[in-house]
Amino acid sequence: MNDALSLNDALWVLLLGSLLGLELIGKVPPTLHTPLMSGANAISGITVLAALTLIIKAGASGNGALMALGAVSLGFALFNVIGGFLVTDRMLAMFSRKPARQKEKR
Amino acid sequence: MTAAVVIKYAIELVAVLLLALGIKGLSKVRSARAANQIAAVALALAVLGVLINFLSTSGIDSSAWLWIIGGTLVGGVLGAITSQKVPMTAMPETVALFNGCGGMSSLLVALGVALDPLAGSDGEGTGALVAGISIVVSVFVGAITFSGSVVAMGKLQGWLDTPAWMQSKLRHVINIGLAALSLVAAIALIASGGDQGLWLLVIGSSLLGIGVTLSIGGADMPVVISLLNSYSGVAAAAAGFVVGSQMLIVAGAMVGAAGLILTQVMCNAMNRSLVNVLFGGALGASASAADQGEYQGITSCSAEECALTLETAQRVVFVPGYGLAVAQAQHILREVAELLEAQGIDVAYAIHPVAGRMPGHMNVLLAEADVPYEQLIEMETINPEFPRTDVVIVLGANDVVNPQARNDPSSPLYGMPVLNVEEATTVFVVKRGLSAGYAGIKNILFERPNTSMVFGDAKKVLSGLAQELRELGVGKAKVG
Repeated sequence: MNDALSLNDALWVLLLGSLLGLELIGKVPPTLHTPLMSGANAISGITVLAALTLIIKAGASGNGALMALGAVSLGFALFNVIGGFLVTDRMLAMFSRKPARQKEKR
Repeated sequence: MTAAVVIKYAIELVAVLLLALGIKGLSKVRSARAANQIAAVALALAVLGVLINFLSTSGIDSSAWLWIIGGTLVGGVLGAITSQKVPMTAMPETVALFNGCGGMSSLLVALGVALDPLAGSDGEGTGALVAGISIVVSVFVGAITFSGSVVAMGKLQGWLDTPAWMQSKLRHVINIGLAALSLVAAIALIASGGDQGLWLLVIGSSLLGIGVTLSIGGADMPVVISLLNSYSGVAAAAAGFVVGSQMLIVAGAMVGAAGLILTQVMCNAMNRSLVNVLFGGALGASASAADQGEYQGITSCSAEECALTLETAQRVVFVPGYGLAVAQAQHILREVAELLEAQGIDVAYAIHPVAGRMPGHMNVLLAEADVPYEQLIEMETINPEFPRTDVVIVLGANDVVNPQARNDPSSPLYGMPVLNVEEATTVFVVKRGLSAGYAGIKNILFERPNTSMVFGDAKKVLSGLAQELRELGVGKAKVG
C-alpha cells in the first residue's frame, strides 16, 4: 500500500520539510525556550500516524499480535501528543494571564 | 483521482501549513499559546487524513478499530492526567518523559514492520533497501531517544547519579564500542533481514543512548533533551519512510530541523557548545587551582539583619536561580516582594537567560507564582540599573552572578554574560553553603565587602525574611 509515494517523492518531501524547519525558528526569546521545546516535542508525537497505519494494515491481514504492538505504539505516541500539547498550554496560559493588579508606581 | 484522495491531500496540505504556522508562532511571546493550539489542530487533521485515506481504499477492520480506540484512550488519558498533575518545577523531566515516549513509538512501529514486512512498504529491489535503511534509522534513533530521555529524566529527578567510571575516558571507549555494535547490527539487518540483527540493533542503540546521556551533568540536560527532541522528529520522519506516509516525513523533518536550531539557540544562551555538552567533561575539569581556593573575608548575616536593610531600601532586585527552583520557593518569594511593594519599595526580578532548570524555566515558575510579567526583567535591560539599586538578593544562583566572567580571562566562565549585581549598594546571597556552582569554581562575589551571605535553604530563609519584615511592620500601609 505504497502507491502514492515513490522514493524520489519521499526524498524531496524530506528535503523540503527539513529546509522549512530550519527556517521556521530564527530568534527565540529565552522566555520561550521551555514552552517551544515542549510544543515541538508534542508535534514530534506525529508518529501516531505511523502507529495508526500499522494497526490498520495489521487489521487488514488479521495479524492480532501486530495490531497489539501497534496499539502500544499508538498509546506511547498519544501520551506524547496529548500530554505535550496540554502541558505546553498550561505553561503558556501563565504567560498570557493578565497581572491581577497593575502597580500604581513605575 | 477519487474524491476521497483529493480530500485526503487537501487535509494533509492544510495540516502541514498549520504545523508550520504553529512552530513559527511558538517562537513569539504573543502568538505562542494560539500557535500551540494550531499545531494541535494540525495533528488532529493529519490523523483524520490517515483515517479517511484507509476508509476510502481498503477500509478499516473492526478489530483494528478496537485496538485504535484502546491505544488512544490509554495513551491520551494518561497523557492528559500527567500534563495536569506535574508541578511546574518538574518541567524539564516531564518534557524528557513525553519525548522518550515519542521515540518509543517510532521504535515499535519499525519493529512491527521489520517483524512483518507485509505491513510496511513493498519490498522489491531498491524498495527493499530503502525499507531496510528506514527501519534501521527508525529503530536506531527511536531507541536512543527513548533510553536517552529516560536517563535524562532520571538524572533530573535525582534518581540517577553519574557513576565514577562514566566520568573517565573509558566511557568514550564504551560508547564507540556500542556505536560499532549498532552499525554491524544495522548492516546485518539491511543485508539479510534477519531477526538477530534487529534485536542486536535495538539493544546496541538503547545502551548507546544510556551511555551518551549518563555522563552529562544536570545543568546541561536541557540541551540534551532539546537534542533528543530533534532526534524524535528524525525518528518520526524515518517511520514515515517505513510506512510510506508523506505527511509523517514532512512533519518529522520539520520538527527535527527546528529542534536542531532550538538546541543551538539554547547552547548559545548557556555559553556552551554542543560538542562540549555531548563529548566534553563538565566545565569544572578546566578550572585552575587559583579558582578553587578557600574563601576569605566572608561576611554572613541572619534573615533579621537582611530585613533591617531591606526596610530602608528604595529599590530591590531579586536574582532567582536554580536553587530557588529546587527549593520551590517562588511562592514565598512573591510574598516577600508583596510586603516590600506595600511599603512603597520598587521591586524587580533580574532574569538570566538560563535561570532555573532550563532556559526560560524561571519565567514559567514566577508566572505560576503570579509575579507580574513586567517585573521580570531580562539581563540586558537590568544590568545598567544595578548601580542605582540599593539591595540585590541572589537566591540560589551562583555562576550567573560571578564577576569573574567579565574580569578574569583565565576563568572558565570568561565570556559568559552575567548579571552585574556587585554594582548595587548591598548584595545578599542566599545559599545553602559555600559550595561551588555548576562551573565548579569559586565565586569572588561572595568575598566582596558589600556582599553578605545568608546561609540556608531559599524557602526557609525567605519565610524567615517575611516573618522579620512583618515584625518590623513593613508592608502595613504607612502614611508618608
